[in-house]
Amino acid sequence: MTETVGIVIVSHSSDIAKGTADMVRQMVGTEVKVAFCGGNPDGGLGTSVPLIIDAINAAWSPKGVAVLVDLGGAETNSEMAVEMLEPARRDLVVVCNAPIVEGAVMAATEAAGGSTLAQVKAVAEELSAD
Amino acid sequence: MLDKADGQIFTGSVRLVHAVGMHARPAVKLTKLAKKFQAQISVRVAGAPEWINAKSVAKIMAMRAAHGSTIEIKASGSDAEAAVAALVDLVASDFPDGAG
Repeated sequence: MTETVGIVIVSHSSDIAKGTADMVRQMVGTEVKVAFCGGNPDGGLGTSVPLIIDAINAAWSPKGVAVLVDLGGAETNSEMAVEMLEPARRDLVVVCNAPIVEGAVMAATEAAGGSTLAQVKAVAEELSAD
Repeated sequence: MLDKADGQIFTGSVRLVHAVGMHARPAVKLTKLAKKFQAQISVRVAGAPEWINAKSVAKIMAMRAAHGSTIEIKASGSDAEAAVAALVDLVASDFPDGAG
């Protein structure tokens, strides 16, 4: 199997992040690497830049990584996590403007076919386009 | 159920036997399978005004094909005949796990 774009799911809630990842694995399959993180390090609601970086590393692919987020801080912390990657990898990670569950399933479906990062992002964002 | 139409266009139709119609999971399977072919592939619920790109998971989910409806498939390109046959088989066999 050729490399596919990896998927990272970032939610304020670890349950939502895990549940979304479960849906992707069940609906799309295991050929796409999916990593997730949710909650702050104390176990409460929130997002954490180091945990997002860990998830990006876990889902890493030479074709890139698409990040799906839920509310506000998940997006800003994900952007901060991308900023903290070494420059060579920074351009290979995109945060998608898409609903977290639908976007993750659709991004993974597109990624499974071997699409580029730009194509994966475009498909995830198709839902927000209208 | 394959008809060779004029030129390079192949068509097929198949009844959707899935209990709840074309919901998310079948849509993902159909899209994933379609993407394995080079051919341009379109589907529609029989008689619908517009054809839908079979490789667009968002559009396939949104087509809301109901249980018992007939799905029409058309494809053009080098592997179009195989693509139509594979998609007809996927729908007719009720989207088995591991397919797509």
